[in-house]
Amino acid sequence: MPLAMVKAGQRVHLVSVNAGRGLQARLADMGLVPGVQIEVVSNALHGPFIVAVKGCRMVLGHGITQKIMVA
Amino acid sequence: MKPKIVIALAGNPNSGKTTIFNKLTGARQHVGNYPGVTVERKEGYCRYGDMEMQIVDLPGTYSLTAYSTEELVARNFLIDEKPDVVVDIIDASNLERNLYLAVQLMELGVPLVLAFNMSDQARAQGHEFDIEKLSSYFGASIVQTVGHKGTGMKELLEAIVATAKDDTSEMNRNDENLSGVLLSKATIHSPFRQRPVMDYGREIEEEIARLESLIKLKVTGKDKDNLRWLALKLLENDKAVRARFDTPEINSQLEKNAARIEKILGEHPETAIAGRRYGFISGACREAVRSTIELRHTISERIDAVATNRLLGIPIFMGLMYLVFQLTFTLGDPPMKWIEEGFGWLGAQIVGWWPKGSESALKSLLVDGIIGGVGGVIVFLPNILLLFLAIAILEDSGYMARAAFIMDRVMHKIGLHGKSFIPMLIGFGCSVPAIMATRTLENRRDRLVTMLVTPLMSCGARLPIYALIIPAFFPQVWHAPMLWLIYVIGIVLAVLSAKLLRSTILKGESVPFVMELPPYRMPTLKSVLIHMWERGWLYLKKAGTIILCISILLWAMTSYPKKTAFDVDYEAEAAKAETSYLSKVQQMNLLLGLPGGSPLLVQALQAELDMAAEQEKYHEQEAGYADATKKKEDNILGFTQAPGGDQLSHFLKMRDDIQKAKADFAEAVSRDELEEGSSAHSSLAGDRDTALEALRRAKPDVYAAVVYYMDTIDTPFKEEKAQIEQAKQAEEMAYSVAGRIGHALEPFLKPMGFDWKIGTALIGAFAAKEVFVAQMGIVYSVGEADEKSEALREHLRSQYSPLTAFCIMLFCLISAPCMATIAVTKRESNSWKWALFQLGGLTALACVLTVMVFQAGSLLGIGV
Repeated sequence: MPLAMVKAGQRVHLVSVNAGRGLQARLADMGLVPGVQIEVVSNALHGPFIVAVKGCRMVLGHGITQKIMVA
Repeated sequence: MKPKIVIALAGNPNSGKTTIFNKLTGARQHVGNYPGVTVERKEGYCRYGDMEMQIVDLPGTYSLTAYSTEELVARNFLIDEKPDVVVDIIDASNLERNLYLAVQLMELGVPLVLAFNMSDQARAQGHEFDIEKLSSYFGASIVQTVGHKGTGMKELLEAIVATAKDDTSEMNRNDENLSGVLLSKATIHSPFRQRPVMDYGREIEEEIARLESLIKLKVTGKDKDNLRWLALKLLENDKAVRARFDTPEINSQLEKNAARIEKILGEHPETAIAGRRYGFISGACREAVRSTIELRHTISERIDAVATNRLLGIPIFMGLMYLVFQLTFTLGDPPMKWIEEGFGWLGAQIVGWWPKGSESALKSLLVDGIIGGVGGVIVFLPNILLLFLAIAILEDSGYMARAAFIMDRVMHKIGLHGKSFIPMLIGFGCSVPAIMATRTLENRRDRLVTMLVTPLMSCGARLPIYALIIPAFFPQVWHAPMLWLIYVIGIVLAVLSAKLLRSTILKGESVPFVMELPPYRMPTLKSVLIHMWERGWLYLKKAGTIILCISILLWAMTSYPKKTAFDVDYEAEAAKAETSYLSKVQQMNLLLGLPGGSPLLVQALQAELDMAAEQEKYHEQEAGYADATKKKEDNILGFTQAPGGDQLSHFLKMRDDIQKAKADFAEAVSRDELEEGSSAHSSLAGDRDTALEALRRAKPDVYAAVVYYMDTIDTPFKEEKAQIEQAKQAEEMAYSVAGRIGHALEPFLKPMGFDWKIGTALIGAFAAKEVFVAQMGIVYSVGEADEKSEALREHLRSQYSPLTAFCIMLFCLISAPCMATIAVTKRESNSWKWALFQLGGLTALACVLTVMVFQAGSLLGIGV
């Protein structure tokens, strides 16, 4: 399912990224590679989507969270 | 000759790289053109023992792939210039992500030292590092540091020197399996002797080998060492390397490679490679890093719950911005006054070097041109520094990243990227580094739009204009809101323009938003001051160079050519006014009870006029000045001793007393800046009125006579003299070069409510907005050979209406800030087309809006 649907406080694993190679590589640089554990810190309707990956907190645009597939 | 080595500092953004750079190089650094964005090269020098080092602060990057110009710059530096040592500054509290870059540096084969920075925070979070093990995995010395405290600097320098002295060209490969990684046998004391090599797994290694053999022939000299790295980069679809090896043969091979990998591993090569790298890092960390405490809700998270809250986030942000502006003005006022007085004093001193009233070009140049011009701008330095200070605090504390994010939703609606927010915020300080900061935007469209609208964020150079005009025309309680209003107008216009641009000329998709949220940290006083000073220094430099030159140029333009033969004979006019004055005085004799033909009153007042004329020739401290005073007093004494002299002395005394009461009041009001209607003001006014009443009761006849004299004779006389002087000045101005240009532009200026003087100032202001204030200062002080210069604000208040004043600010807000902005836009966008479009667009917008506002205001009768 898309990362966007994950509630705050849950931990998931990244399965794949439905996006062009450029974006995939950029996300990979930031640590978002298949298999990595993602903890969703905040997922409010109009608020920021914040995740913690490898101990590092990041903010993701909502468009991206639709493209990241997790399980 | 001391040995010199070149050290490169690499690392993630927010890792504390720049702090360490500052600690190592201290004052011995040469900062690139603009602060705030480290895409320009920052170099510095440092000496340790007998080793002289040149340190280069590379741009902060997450990796060495070529996704942004910064990464390319960093990478190219490392490959082309081959520094002797590369220091990777790592945020130890965020180890795994930070090590991604370290792995790539390791693969690049550069002599590496890792600095585990922010080690205090890491320790606080409960991490413990097995330094030796990590050292051997990465083939680099590791030093633990705390950059902002300066801890570990010495050890870092030692490691750097030791690494440099070692010969790293040896490559011994031994097998040592550890989590699937081929490691060379690393000795404990010199782990950097051998270059560790990462194993990417069979499939990828096969592809690498295939590519290596293909490109081997095309590669020359130094690059032979980097064969593997090049092959890896090709596989990763690295734009720059692919461009280098752009042959059909290689391209088709790459396609086959990619297809194979995707089939077997189920992902693109670059993702697979990235995955392996992180796998290596994970493995290394599992072995060598122990975390003892699991901090669940850190302070940062708690703060973020509020700061990025969807209801509170934006109001909090707005509130902070308002606070920043209030701070800038209230704290900035006292130092501003000191500087103003300082320059005033300096000007008076210099004027004292010449005999009073003499016409000297040099004197005028120094006082009117240079001090008047540049001084007027430096006076605003406290405000500017405070603004930069506030921005530095916001950046260093980490709040800026949140702000960028909070704004992203809003920015997105305009069609801008959240990352556009930071350049625009910097634009509040100065448009030039702001436009350079747009480099963080990867998408060209986003970048262009941001560059074009950033100048609408009212920059620091415009601050002097507002600071000059607002207090001159608006009551105290409106000051901060007025300023706030101007800034908000700028922001609104920027938003609307961006939207317009995005929906017309610069249509397109937006780039997705991904941004790291560094933990909040307490900004250290030192780092904040350094950042503030870097930007403040730039402002000063601008003042020192560009504005000095322009001030001199404008002074010349406004002073010359000098008119000698005037249309109107001003001296004759002045004499006529004097005669008329004295004859009216003569008629007062009867009021005072003096015989109609008595010359006493006239002579006394004449003596005063004579004294004033005489004193024109001398400076206050000179003997001649005092002599003139004495002479007048002797004369008046003589008159008062003549028959009827009593009435004369009563008259004079009453007049002096009344004037003193009024003067005391006026001085107290201006000294404490009291507002009409305030209790202090009313109480002082009461005191004054009481004093006046007492005088009246003592001698009602004399009092009435004096009041009559003051209202109907003296005041009109003084006004007439002032008018004559102003008319003379106006003629002089009109004759000068600047005046002629201003006059020529008048038809365009009138609809906006401007006159030619403002026009002249605006011309100068094109070069740099600060010059507007300088120019207005010059325009109103040229022609006054003495230093009896009225405060510029009073001049403005007497000449213009609040509506015009507002229009001036509006025009300055919208029109292009300065030549430098246009120049930088050209450089960053790489085309004159966009730079000129920016210039033309802003100017046109400024004219149109100002005309609209002025005409509407005039029609509605607001502020006229």
